[in-house]
Amino acid sequence: MTSVKATELSGARPSTRPGGHLPPLSRLGAYLLILVGAVLTVAPFYFMFVFATHTRTEIFQLPPPTWFGNNLDENYRSLMERMPFWRNLWNSLYLAVLTTVTTLFFCTLAGYAFAMYSFKGRETLFGLLLATLLIPSTLNIVPFALIMQALGWIDQPRALWVPGMASAFGIFLMRQYIGSSIPRELVEAARIDGATEFGIFRRVIVPLTGPAMATLGLVTFVQSWNGFLGPLIIFRSSETYTAPLALRTLQGIANTDWGALMCGVVLTVVPLLVLFALASRQLIEGLTAGSTKG
Amino acid sequence: MLASKPTPAARRGGWTDFQRRYAPYIFISPFFILFFVFGLFPILFNAYLSFQQWQPGSGLGEMKFVGLRNYTDNLTDPTFWQSLRNTAVLAVLSGLPQHLIAIPLAFAVAGVLRRMQHLVTAVYFLPYITSIVAISVIFFTLFSWQYGVINAALNALHGLPLIGGLFPADRINWLGQKEYVQPAVALVVIWRYTGWNMLLYLSGLQAIPRELYEAAAVDGATGGQQFRYITLPLLRPIMFVAVTLSLIGGLQLFEEPFILTNGTGGAGQAGLTTIMYMYRTYASYSDAGVAAAMSWLLFLVIGALTLVNNRLFGRSGLAGRDER
Repeated sequence: MTSVKATELSGARPSTRPGGHLPPLSRLGAYLLILVGAVLTVAPFYFMFVFATHTRTEIFQLPPPTWFGNNLDENYRSLMERMPFWRNLWNSLYLAVLTTVTTLFFCTLAGYAFAMYSFKGRETLFGLLLATLLIPSTLNIVPFALIMQALGWIDQPRALWVPGMASAFGIFLMRQYIGSSIPRELVEAARIDGATEFGIFRRVIVPLTGPAMATLGLVTFVQSWNGFLGPLIIFRSSETYTAPLALRTLQGIANTDWGALMCGVVLTVVPLLVLFALASRQLIEGLTAGSTKG
Repeated sequence: MLASKPTPAARRGGWTDFQRRYAPYIFISPFFILFFVFGLFPILFNAYLSFQQWQPGSGLGEMKFVGLRNYTDNLTDPTFWQSLRNTAVLAVLSGLPQHLIAIPLAFAVAGVLRRMQHLVTAVYFLPYITSIVAISVIFFTLFSWQYGVINAALNALHGLPLIGGLFPADRINWLGQKEYVQPAVALVVIWRYTGWNMLLYLSGLQAIPRELYEAAAVDGATGGQQFRYITLPLLRPIMFVAVTLSLIGGLQLFEEPFILTNGTGGAGQAGLTTIMYMYRTYASYSDAGVAAAMSWLLFLVIGALTLVNNRLFGRSGLAGRDER
């Protein structure tokens, strides 16, 4: 292995990254793989923007359009005629914000209890909580629909945000974070100073859980914003539809106006893209930290 | 500190004690209340429902106990079996390639990228954060038979010298022909989750001690050998997590096939998954009992396959061969 001998002789430290020793040809292959993958990943987003600026006939022509057209305002107008789309976006936002705020509060509270207190039944209750992670939630859609019907919560956003107020995943994430990053002495000190238990949570724990809350908040927001099966069961009128449901309805009607539909897709996706651009580092780091521990 | 303690304790002793004692139970109670009301109760109700004949519109009084008939109805229904087959095929067709692409991709990203790593990871992660409905609508147009971008691209690739033969000469009727519905759905799922898996593997790769690669390099191991003898075996725990997640996700596929086939199941019902069929049984056929039984049957399948997966990839399994 001459190349290795050369490194040894020159005294250079061999690169320590996985794959750092790839010979030039393999390195080229690696770059090529990354590039092709990235292009294929981004391409559908690109066409989403391109299609939003074209008429229906332009979208379905030969060859398909690959550059922006000038029909965006017409598509926008058509979309607004067919659906109260800003209302639908507002519904999505309302649902996502309420779910996120309540989830953050209740999951941090419970995560704190599991991380910092020793109380009777703690292990059993935490085990039960972890077990609920294994139940596939989509299997529950029929009883979920019936319960909401019985409660009279059909067409009410609370049918989705009330059950979503706390999640086992969120509590697990917060427990891991609080347990590993906040010293118990801090809680003890506050207790000796006469703080109430909830006061300790509010003034000591909450300010210190920022990074974990940001991750959980983003995940919850994105999941709620993108939710489909839940809203499909709950919402029955175009006034109460969330954005994904409105898109689905637009696609379902005969003679779909694909330009208007793409315009709606862009309006639904862009807020998430902006959010992601602002917070992607936080989200990705938080998610991988949580998943490798699990 | 000890001296100051009695004063406040003496003043508010009862309340302080009380709230200290019960605080953790109060703090965790919201989750458990929600779980009992919206998690456990529906499951039990679903079990009860699966033995009843009932149409949701007719009021609770109209329930009729039918024993195992909802189960036998499902098991003798060819469409149910087809939906199970579709689900299984889709889970494999969409699950396997995700990992076969994600692992080398993570290896490549970890190997050759330094400063760009965060940006590239973010790009690969984009599909995961985007609404499935939006994605499926976009792909619906991309898959168009005569005028779709995907067929146009395949056609252009077919015209290339040397590798052109790898690509089809004719336009593929992706969503209109039975044979292509499942590959089309699988492509969307692969596109959506490969980046997520890449991210998992990347975090797994970064946890591997660098000294191992150093030592291997000094011993003269090539990149391929390092991948084979260091990366793959040490990636096994994360591989298990990632495969389990895609398996459970794949068996519950709903949104992608639902939107791509416009809710119909597509040509020859090839895109009808079990969750879709369950939704249809409940929403269109108003047959809550049969739908409930169907969800329990699917639950059994998911449970069984998860067990098999645990046996194959879990603590035992592949380990023996790669350890020396």
